Amino acid sequence: MSQNLHPGLNLGASHGDAHQQSELSVFGFWVFLMSDLITFGVLFATYAASSTPIAMAGGPGPAALFDLTSTGMQTAFLLASSLTCGMASLALKYREGPRRIALWLAVTALLGAGFLALELRDFADMIAKGATPMRSGWLSSLYALVGLHGLHITAGLVWIVVLLLLIWRRGVTDLIKTRLLIFALYWHFLDLVWIGIFSVVFLRGLA
Amino acid sequence: MSEERRERRSYLIGTLLSILLTAIAFATIPLDLPRGGTMLLIGISAVLQVIVQLRFFLHIDLSRQKREDLQLILFSLLLLGIMAGGTIWILTNLSQRMM
Repeated sequence: MSQNLHPGLNLGASHGDAHQQSELSVFGFWVFLMSDLITFGVLFATYAASSTPIAMAGGPGPAALFDLTSTGMQTAFLLASSLTCGMASLALKYREGPRRIALWLAVTALLGAGFLALELRDFADMIAKGATPMRSGWLSSLYALVGLHGLHITAGLVWIVVLLLLIWRRGVTDLIKTRLLIFALYWHFLDLVWIGIFSVVFLRGLA
Repeated sequence: MSEERRERRSYLIGTLLSILLTAIAFATIPLDLPRGGTMLLIGISAVLQVIVQLRFFLHIDLSRQKREDLQLILFSLLLLGIMAGGTIWILTNLSQRMM
């Protein structure tokens, strides 16, 4: 068993310098993730405090707006993408070659794009029903929370494209190994936040 | 079992447990249980799924952490608890008083 230098998947001693160098970057990224967690946490608190009949201001409520099937499919897309992202990390750690890493990353991106497409379709449906962010305090906090998560996914998709270009141009260098580790942390973290969103926003809203 | 097989299996176990916990949470809606029970089931399965994903996807294993990483995570959770818990507490209290 190789020694772990940081939380998250470790490259292991066989990767030599890359394993040592990734310690500081990964720790720094955990600092970012934890501050991001607090941003999401405060938006969750705002949402919880705003999901009262008063804050809905006579506008459309959860029962009229939420679609359980769509939320379920988004959850499935995101969970599957978390697994394929893990497979990309393992392909990196056990040197299965750049093709294999790129393939898993591309599948992760496709699943992420599927999630985003469904989320945007749901937002469009809600807006068509008159549920714009301006309609009520509850809807403002809903779009802020779910929208911020969607923006994170969008940023993650851009990040995957950049990683794929870097792997294609430069191969799997030490620097790219560290970036892949960090990306995996980011993507798994977004799945964690989504558990909170489907539980607190969608399931609690429909219960 | 080699480390590679063990780690590959860890991702698969994490995914299967997450699917199971998600299915339980989603099943509460069509089952139409009493509201209190539904909330409890959704809450418990959400917390369990967060723990499962931390353990199997993010590899947070308390016994092997370096101290400063663990302190970072725990301190962030403390801040979050104060801010989110405090907000919900104060605002629901205010909301009840204004009824």
